[in-house]
Amino acid sequence: MSATLNVYEPRGVGRVLETAGAWVLGVLWILPLLYAFWTAFHSPEFSTRLSLTAPLTLANFVTAWHAAPFARYFLNTVLLVSMVLAAQLVLTTLAAYALARFEFPGRNVLFALVLVQLMVMPDVLIVENYRTMAALGLKDTIAGIGLPYMASAFGIFLLRQTFKGVPRELDEAARVEGCTPLQVLWKVYVPLARPTYLAYALVSVSYHWNNFLWPLIITNSVEARPVTVGLQVFSSTDQGIDWSIITAATLLTTAPLLVAFLLFQRQFVQSFMRAGIR
Amino acid sequence: MSRLTQWVYGWLLLLPAMALLALFTHYPALANLWHSFQSTPKGGQPAVFVGLENYQQLVDDPIFWQALSNNLWYAIGTIPVSMALALLMAVWVNDRIPGRGILRLAFFTPTILPMIAVANIWLFFYTPEYGLLEQFTGAFGLPSHNWLGSKSTALGALMVVTVWKEAGFFMIFYLAALQSMSPHLGDAAAIEGASRWYFFRRVTWPLLMPTTLFVLVNAVINAFRLVDHIVVMTRGGPDNATELLLFYIYEIGFRFWDSAYAAALTMVLLGILGIVALAQFFFLERKVHYQ
Repeated sequence: MSATLNVYEPRGVGRVLETAGAWVLGVLWILPLLYAFWTAFHSPEFSTRLSLTAPLTLANFVTAWHAAPFARYFLNTVLLVSMVLAAQLVLTTLAAYALARFEFPGRNVLFALVLVQLMVMPDVLIVENYRTMAALGLKDTIAGIGLPYMASAFGIFLLRQTFKGVPRELDEAARVEGCTPLQVLWKVYVPLARPTYLAYALVSVSYHWNNFLWPLIITNSVEARPVTVGLQVFSSTDQGIDWSIITAATLLTTAPLLVAFLLFQRQFVQSFMRAGIR
Repeated sequence: MSRLTQWVYGWLLLLPAMALLALFTHYPALANLWHSFQSTPKGGQPAVFVGLENYQQLVDDPIFWQALSNNLWYAIGTIPVSMALALLMAVWVNDRIPGRGILRLAFFTPTILPMIAVANIWLFFYTPEYGLLEQFTGAFGLPSHNWLGSKSTALGALMVVTVWKEAGFFMIFYLAALQSMSPHLGDAAAIEGASRWYFFRRVTWPLLMPTTLFVLVNAVINAFRLVDHIVVMTRGGPDNATELLLFYIYEIGFRFWDSAYAAALTMVLLGILGIVALAQFFFLERKVHYQ
């Protein structure tokens, strides 16, 4: 990415060694994935025999797709991810705006209380949150999976940083024009924070697409299970040990995210970077 | 805007997020403490106050101690390795070596995949006799070994999976830090005649310190938070060799339905996270400048 020449870039033998090292590590890193692809696209008798002439097949994917209600699982995950993201965007925006630009008693204490969630994440409060969901009658619902994550300390923190970077003059100019505080938020802060929103959205979507333990606990029906839990139920009970089909199902459930990642690599990587530097 | 309007706006804007945080973070943390002093309600019997009984059970429970020690070894085994690899990867793909883009992709892809999918792939990789690893070792004439099925290698095999999944994630943060460093630093050091290693040790590494500490905190949290692969690959076995704290809480809470004991176990996990938070507050905040 950087066009400037780094004087400490290796030359000669050092460069050859470094390149070789990087490639060995790269191959090691991609190997388990390539192996999974191999198994999924070949009939079972080739899953342990690597032969270049082995015919490719989609049969494993077809079998996996019909063996479990994956369409429904996908729908659940999409609903879950979009519901959580929509709620997060609204709630974190409002909270971050308050913490960044308003003076009120208790602000620092409240901010500290928000930050508690960075350490004490819903992932570890499973026992009590299960109790709460049962009391609210939200067991085995998509809302029940998503609710504990909707107010996100990470999002509030990230947006607060961004909002604090917005020049006060813009804010004041908009007020002089007669904008209410909410109009200022909508017309000045939100548009300027677009890269942060994109970064946060990508991180949030991949987190909730991949989340497993809490959805496993709180759901027990096809109508609420996201794909991660569906995959686990499928591979642990239905299939015995037909690896071709399990691997095909595994790739199937990750395909949308993997394809999105391959298409928007740069945005993904930059978003994760942006979300990390705080 | 008057002071009072500021107050009202601030509180109202914060209210929805604060209400949800209170309901799903603050309340459960406190309720968990309270429930850890009570018995598990069974049949028609309501919960009663039992004082420290659950904690006594915890102290006497060998599986708890094993889970705790496994979890510590798991953290000690995975964190330094994945961070060192992450730094190495970042330095390599920051230099302009051939195939840099593909390498970045290779390192980062495991991060995008769900842990549960990763676990399925590696479960197959480790399968006795059929898995790729066995075929590889078999080609060298080594005897067959059940990596996940034997007590001595199961936890190590899981650590490999974790390192594989996390190193690429941490690489991103190191890469971002390396790219934000001014190339003039290198120029200046080269004029002074510093060697490459000297430059890395005395300039690059200290400048990466905030990143290292940030990554470290995240790595520690993940070591106690992420147990999806245990559910898929070993279920804590063989003979509790891969029992980690959160997985044990899950088992006690949702397979044996002993919510009171699970609450006591959760307090231990919260205590560990609290220590991490305090360490971060006292050590990190002095070195990393948040706005």
